[in-house]
Amino acid sequence: MWTVPPSGKQMRFLLLFSRQGKLRLQKWFTVLSDRDKRKIIRDLTQMVLSRPPKACNFLPWRDLKIVYRRYASLYFCCGLEQDDNELLTLDILHRYVELLDQYFGNVCELDIIFNFEKAYFILDEFVIGGEVQETSKASVAKSIEEAESLQETMEEYLSKPTY
Amino acid sequence: MTPSVRLQEMIRVIRSARTQGEERGIIQKECAEIRAQFRQTDNGERSHSLAKLLYVHMLGYPAHFGQMECVRLIASPRYSEKRIGYLGAMMLLDEKQDASLLITNSIKNDLSHSSQYVQSLALCTLACMGSSEMCRDLAPEIERLLRASTSYIKKKATLCAVHIIRKVPELAELFTPSARSLLSEKNHGVLHGAVVLITELCERNAETLDKFRKAVPELVTIMKGLVTSSYSPEHNVAGISDPFLQVRILRLLRILGHNNDSASDAMNDLLAQVATNTDSSKTAGSAVLYETVLTIMDINSESGLRVLAVNILGRFLLNNDRNIRYISMTSLQKIVQTDHNAVQRHRGTIVDCLKDQDTSVKRRALELSLALVSPVNIRSMMKELLIFLSSCPVELRSQTASGIFNAAERYSPSKRWHIDTILHVLTTAGGDVRDETVPNLIQLITTASELHCYTVHKLYRALVKDISQQSLVQVACWCIGEYGDLLLKGECEEIEPVQVTEDDVLDALETVLQSHMSAPATRGFALTATMKLSTRITDNVDRIRSIVSIYGSCIDLELQQRAVEYNALFKKYDHMRAAVLERMPLMEKNSPGHTNGDSSGEIKEPEPAKTKPVEPILLSEPANQVCDLLDLLGGTDTPVQPSSAPTSTATTTSSADLLDLLGGLEPTPVPAVTVYEKNGVSLKIQCDSQTDTDITVTLIASNSTQNDISNFTLQAAVPKSVQLQMKAPSGNVIAAHGLGQVTQTVLLNNPNKVSLKMRVRVSYSDQGTMLQDTVQIDSFPSPSWNSQPSIGVL
Repeated sequence: MWTVPPSGKQMRFLLLFSRQGKLRLQKWFTVLSDRDKRKIIRDLTQMVLSRPPKACNFLPWRDLKIVYRRYASLYFCCGLEQDDNELLTLDILHRYVELLDQYFGNVCELDIIFNFEKAYFILDEFVIGGEVQETSKASVAKSIEEAESLQETMEEYLSKPTY
Repeated sequence: MTPSVRLQEMIRVIRSARTQGEERGIIQKECAEIRAQFRQTDNGERSHSLAKLLYVHMLGYPAHFGQMECVRLIASPRYSEKRIGYLGAMMLLDEKQDASLLITNSIKNDLSHSSQYVQSLALCTLACMGSSEMCRDLAPEIERLLRASTSYIKKKATLCAVHIIRKVPELAELFTPSARSLLSEKNHGVLHGAVVLITELCERNAETLDKFRKAVPELVTIMKGLVTSSYSPEHNVAGISDPFLQVRILRLLRILGHNNDSASDAMNDLLAQVATNTDSSKTAGSAVLYETVLTIMDINSESGLRVLAVNILGRFLLNNDRNIRYISMTSLQKIVQTDHNAVQRHRGTIVDCLKDQDTSVKRRALELSLALVSPVNIRSMMKELLIFLSSCPVELRSQTASGIFNAAERYSPSKRWHIDTILHVLTTAGGDVRDETVPNLIQLITTASELHCYTVHKLYRALVKDISQQSLVQVACWCIGEYGDLLLKGECEEIEPVQVTEDDVLDALETVLQSHMSAPATRGFALTATMKLSTRITDNVDRIRSIVSIYGSCIDLELQQRAVEYNALFKKYDHMRAAVLERMPLMEKNSPGHTNGDSSGEIKEPEPAKTKPVEPILLSEPANQVCDLLDLLGGTDTPVQPSSAPTSTATTTSSADLLDLLGGLEPTPVPAVTVYEKNGVSLKIQCDSQTDTDITVTLIASNSTQNDISNFTLQAAVPKSVQLQMKAPSGNVIAAHGLGQVTQTVLLNNPNKVSLKMRVRVSYSDQGTMLQDTVQIDSFPSPSWNSQPSIGVL
């Protein structure tokens, strides 16, 4: 039976998708072919979108535990190992949303569509290799700001030597 | 320069596409531009183009041509370009791509970059997609960073080390020394990473685990600090100080304390403290409590602590938050065997959860409730379970029914209660029970001889009320046929007496026979029951005779055969009728197949030695016949069966039994015969074993084309009275050049010994095209059926 290969990590993947099933972000912490990834996305999206509104946020699926939560028009969904703490994962997802909110100011789905690369940069400051890297919200926010400031202006861009 | 402006413009244009086709057109155009851009010399546009490509990739379009661009951008001195290049690497490159190796050198350089943000990019990327070779190359660098850098870098390096160990377990020793010293860091991020790293090291190596046990006191101190510290805004989540770190520490403690008394003792107080002091009004607190409970249950904790843990779970069951109720039940399920009594205390709440709105919660409650059934509480639990069965969601019905049957079988206080329970289930959810329920129930009924009268009355009443639940109807027909005399006598201590006339009974059975709701198997039951009544009633035997003769021309082959045989029993063999149809002796509780063998000797035949024209199958007890027919009829309605049948039903096991019982001829090794050969794909058939009525063959498919073929499936169809079972195939990909093959075993049961034919549909995909073909197999590589002496249909 085909399944997501084990990696011993807390999270195997994190997906964001809209209520119409459009993918807005995908972060994979395990090695899979493109085809397998697309299949997982299809299956999970269908499963999560068909859940009734007041349902439990945890779903067993194949050999994984799926934790998902809906924030406005976006579903945040991640796949966990059997040993992982689902309740804590809800807090992890929430922390990520808070970080996005802090960066974009009242974040909405459009922000994530049009600035998807920023959403990834923010995620990468919070989670590495499927594990939380920084538990202080302020610290993460500060790092993101500082990294942003390194993005060059046009003059700086052109003045740097080419490789 | 914000690359976003042009990216956003492209996103807007794509989103404005009204059809999929329009979108594809836009994307094609954009990709062409991006490709052109990549080919040009540097003009500051490369990062925009890559960003655009990454967006297109997320929509599901191919983006391989961007891989080399990622490599180039990572090597750029410009932060913006590096940043997008690394993001691209994480999205487009994984260890399967060759291009991934090319960035190893850039990563190595960037790990020593003067800017920590560039170092961070390299660390993050390595931890995300680093292959084993890359990890091996860069491990020393990471180890260095672990020891001598800022907290910002240390925390990332730690997690990078975790990834390296997961990819290359031998490198674990490299990181063990530094891991230990990281525990004295104050920075929560680094501490968290350190705990994750140590957890990983301990999980992989028992010696390392032993060494790190010495760190338990240190971990306990850190944890105590978190639990009792004054309010720290930086790490506070809903009143809990750094729940992420707390949970990881608890998990590490669990691993260290498992199966080790001294380590478990050292953490006892702490666990009690966390369990009592943590505020669980919000998820963060509940997450910590949950982890604490898991830890307590998994180490050698004292019983007081264990009770405390189970009580926490019990409290969780009453929580308003559905998630917490769900978590609680999954945890209780894990410990219900080991701490049965503690969990029993919360049985009431668990049973209440059966009424929860959420199906996942209901399912957990059901599993737990079934696990909690005991001889003491069987009556009250069964009441709840039966109530649940009548209103539970469809997907849970079959599980509930099986669970109820198991519980009833293990703990029923009396036979009557047992029979009543099964009848209740059949009335409520007869369509969802497994096939062996009917013979099991029949067997149970026969053993409860004092209850025959009661049972047949109850079943008769149920039958009169509703004939749609097939299992119930089958059992009812069988009982009426067997105990019809008791039914007609009218009196029975346990039920108010109701006068049932012979006509009433025959009416009921005829209704079943004629109803379109009755499955063929059910009608078979009804016909046999009608026949049996001919020796148990006095006035209406003629009516039975006429029913039987009418069905002698029924279209359904099975019914026709029975009717014809019964007709003969009325005419030519009337002298044997009473003996054949008399009450059956007790059946042994065995599989239906075995029952055949056991009881065939117990029939009182007038002259057992004489060979009778009447076939042995008819002489054997009607119940066995019923069981046989049940099994044999169980699959004949669907002539075509798909080849992937890993979840084969219970009926198929009995055909295997029959195979054994009919004592199989010595399997003569017969060579495989090619039945199909086209386009390089060939199918052979080989006979594995054969008996009077059964044959097992293996279909062997091979592929002599240049390319592997995939999605290879076989479907088969056989004549109506033959039962077919296809085992799961060995695979569905056949390697090219004849290097591989797919085999699939097929069991055929041919009780009527018709001329055996099988039509096989072959389908597969070859380089993307789906192909299908059909082949008819008219002869099997073994002596044909028709030459066997017929055991005789009357």
